[in-house]
Amino acid sequence: MLRLFKNSEPGDKPGWFDRLKGGLAKTRTQLGGLFAARRIDESLFEELETALLSADAGVAATEHLITELRKRARKNRLENAEQLKSELHELMVEILSPLEVSIDCGAHRPLIIMVAGVNGAGKTTSIGKLTHLYQRQGHTVLLAAGDTFRAAAREQLAEWGKQNGVTVVSQQSGDPAAVIFDAIQAARARNIGIVLADTAGRLPTQMHLMEEVRKIKRVIRKADEHAPHHVWLVIDANTGQNAVNQVCAFDEAIGLTGIILTKLDGTAKGGVVAAIALARSNQASAQADRGTRQSKDAPVQPIPIAYVGLGEGLDDLRPFVAREFVSALLD
Amino acid sequence: MLDNLTGRLSRVIKTIRGEARLTETNVQEALREVRLALLEADVALPVVREFVARVKEKALGQDVVGSLTPGQALVGVVHEELTALMGGPSATLDLAVAPPAVILVAGLQGSGKTTTTGKLAKLLLDGYRKKPLLVSCDVYRPAAIEQLATLAAQVGADFFPSSTAEKPLAIVLAALDHAKRHYHDVLLVDTAGRLAIDEQMMSEIAELHDALKPVETLFIVDSMQGQDAVNVARAFSEALPLTGIVLTKLDGDARGGAALSVRQVTGKPVKFAGVGEKLNGLEVFHPERMASRILGMGDVLSLVEEARKSVDVDEARKLAEKVKRGKGFDLEDFKQQIAQMRKMGGLSALVDKLPAQLAQAAQSSQVDEGRMRRLEGIINSMTPQERARPELMKASRKRRVAAGAGVTVQEVNRLLTQFEQMQKMMKHMQKGGLQKMMRSMRGMMPGVR
Repeated sequence: MLRLFKNSEPGDKPGWFDRLKGGLAKTRTQLGGLFAARRIDESLFEELETALLSADAGVAATEHLITELRKRARKNRLENAEQLKSELHELMVEILSPLEVSIDCGAHRPLIIMVAGVNGAGKTTSIGKLTHLYQRQGHTVLLAAGDTFRAAAREQLAEWGKQNGVTVVSQQSGDPAAVIFDAIQAARARNIGIVLADTAGRLPTQMHLMEEVRKIKRVIRKADEHAPHHVWLVIDANTGQNAVNQVCAFDEAIGLTGIILTKLDGTAKGGVVAAIALARSNQASAQADRGTRQSKDAPVQPIPIAYVGLGEGLDDLRPFVAREFVSALLD
Repeated sequence: MLDNLTGRLSRVIKTIRGEARLTETNVQEALREVRLALLEADVALPVVREFVARVKEKALGQDVVGSLTPGQALVGVVHEELTALMGGPSATLDLAVAPPAVILVAGLQGSGKTTTTGKLAKLLLDGYRKKPLLVSCDVYRPAAIEQLATLAAQVGADFFPSSTAEKPLAIVLAALDHAKRHYHDVLLVDTAGRLAIDEQMMSEIAELHDALKPVETLFIVDSMQGQDAVNVARAFSEALPLTGIVLTKLDGDARGGAALSVRQVTGKPVKFAGVGEKLNGLEVFHPERMASRILGMGDVLSLVEEARKSVDVDEARKLAEKVKRGKGFDLEDFKQQIAQMRKMGGLSALVDKLPAQLAQAAQSSQVDEGRMRRLEGIINSMTPQERARPELMKASRKRRVAAGAGVTVQEVNRLLTQFEQMQKMMKHMQKGGLQKMMRSMRGMMPGVR
């Protein structure tokens, strides 16, 4: 409960948690509504499976959850559905807690954050919201218009910059890496705290564009050998199982440190979080099965979810809190 | 890489091989696999259920023809049904009204509406020989109007300027009037992205529809969309009389089950498929290929087409002739082949389009640009005689060529060995076709590891 209070700052109208609940309402009625006044039986598990699949949890994650839940129901001699629900609550918190991460914005100066993702995921909008968030926390921000490809992407970022009153470094259809390099130099010169680097949308199958994003990261490293301090992938919460592919492909290319999950304000979704959380641990256990040594010594950490985004408002982006998310999903 | 449905089914059905018919008992488990495959491809659950029931009905009692296993027979049924479901009336734009014919574009945020509008303008200009006018009534997202203006300028279509201070309805009415007075054949209306549950925004677009009376109302769907596609499609088709679907971002590696969900719910045809960010990237939708893709059977036809697009057809034909005769394939041809491969942008991009089994064989084959260039360099350092008759290459010639290309003699040797293997592979190809070629490709094509 304490965590909750920390994150819902005063002055929030409707309140972040309520809005998150609102966004996940459809999933919650499908999922949480199952457990009202009934016994634990086969049909309950079946309906639960349906609900999880419909929320984009994916086949693998759904099977994992159901199996684990059955095991616990047996072990703890659970009798009614309410108890099973709290067990599911606990289980999901266990799975999602490793995805939490706290971002220390003062760790470096300038803190360089690179944002990537597929087309239309909401990269530029998320950068606009992050700018607002960081400014409210008292940081200075500079934006780098690294999407030099899409029509009017620069103007879109410039508009966000104008709304927030921050500088946007851009060039007329230049090399994205060069734009971001310049932005970092500019941030140093002006003693600015955070650089948010936008990049063009790209699909993981476009090899030349994936090569380009690798290059962007290399060039950022030339500007500052510890940078980029954060590399975030923006994922549209409407995405189905391809989200897992996206995470793997971008992680392989540029080494992700976090995920921003956007557009959670639709209807039935949110389950994709479980798919992402479990994809990595499944990979790890597959490696362990094959006897790969290192995965036993160092358990593979899932890529954390840095932020979740709801609507189109400036305030609609917040850190991911597992307990809060599960509560919005279930209770 | 997900398992191919055929592969999964054959594992399940191994135990019952030899049975001549598909029966209730032997398809039960197989249908479960079909269900999982569809779910993994993001087909919405209600649609999956209905579909599996239909397949079961069709499959029961079917004879297992000839050399097919029951698994293959079932996949055949699934594929057929899927194709039938996704096909339907011909997918062209219906512009047979008194001009201007209005095309309205609708969809979720980030589904690709504005890019698709630009692509449609290009198609109308080049394919239909029409004079389109573009207008954006996205007054919400920053710079959305500028984005469409830029795209209009790129394709050379007229653009009706608007500003974020105006009301969407006022914008489109003014645009319609402008289109009438300036004899535009088509008015393309781009709208803001909206959530299906946002009542205010949904009634706004319904209002636009009433005012414009469009001949085409296209629903834009991201092929990566998940289970929610079914709800979104339902809400949009309830609010708007849709006439067709455009599936975007199909050049990604999503299986695209959303296509099936949306097709099923709206009952409207998929008219186009959006691929890539170039403005000519709007293609005719192929139901059969989409069915294969959803089932994880790969998209061999698209692969072939892509190869055809980037390869110089005349040269390829000449090469094919030589291959057919089985001789006369010399280092000059080898060099051309390397150049062609480089043009195709490497093999790895194509691997995703292969069926699962082939992709496994071809996986980790990556074309090394630098190595390809070196190979070309070595061949360039040879005399025409040497290129035509590689057997001439003896020690001193090798030393000369190596010095000329700035490589070691070993590398020249390696090239020659590869060339020999390539010749052998050419012979294989005459007998076995693509599949055999892919199997023997690793290590034989230049630069493929």
